[in-house]
Amino acid sequence: MTINKTLKGNDLTIALEGRLDTTTAPDLEKELKESLDGVETLTMDLGDLAYISSAGLRVLLSAHKTMIAKGGMKVTHVNEIVQEVFEVTGFADILNIE
Amino acid sequence: MKELKLTASIANIPQVTGFVEGELEALGCPMKTQMQIDVAVDEVFTNIASYAYGSGQGDATVRFEADKENGMVSITFMDTGHPFNPLKQKDPDVTAPADKRPIGGLGIFLVKKTMDQVEYKYEDGMNKLTIRKKLNA
Repeated sequence: MTINKTLKGNDLTIALEGRLDTTTAPDLEKELKESLDGVETLTMDLGDLAYISSAGLRVLLSAHKTMIAKGGMKVTHVNEIVQEVFEVTGFADILNIE
Repeated sequence: MKELKLTASIANIPQVTGFVEGELEALGCPMKTQMQIDVAVDEVFTNIASYAYGSGQGDATVRFEADKENGMVSITFMDTGHPFNPLKQKDPDVTAPADKRPIGGLGIFLVKKTMDQVEYKYEDGMNKLTIRKKLNA
């Protein structure tokens, strides 16, 4: 999985490419831990994400919770496969999906 | 039928996914179905790698079978670890708000929801979990 970060002022966009699963979720977790200081709004761009497993959901949920106290997190460009996972697990109701 | 036997570790997940993907591609599996199966493989193998042998190590065997007549594939995960039926876990409350979200049990729940059949049995000293999916549902 590739993680691309773009910081504009206090807005951070993280674009993910590939698979967010048990093997790659720790990379994203680490990246988020190091990147969220001073960030007000976070956008997770999933346009090039092939799929997500529960390990990935866990990291997204944790980022979502961290950002609630700030300006929030939104999730964009969700494909059909990822959307199905969000819906089945109820994450579609929790995350701010655009 | 094809089998892959390897150490049950998180580091080996890409190898398992690669094995299953190779078989699915040969069958002309649609991309969406392949991704759903990939996620299921990740969830099931992660469970085995994390819990089957406690803090020790052991092997797992992944068996791939295709029923061409019914357009169905079966993938069976076998390990000789502690007997454990993951299907007996209570389903997580998927309507709970973010701060009350249970994290355990989400993976196997996802597998149950996206596969057509999931079966567990303990046989010959082995945990055997089989997932089945129709390729053109």
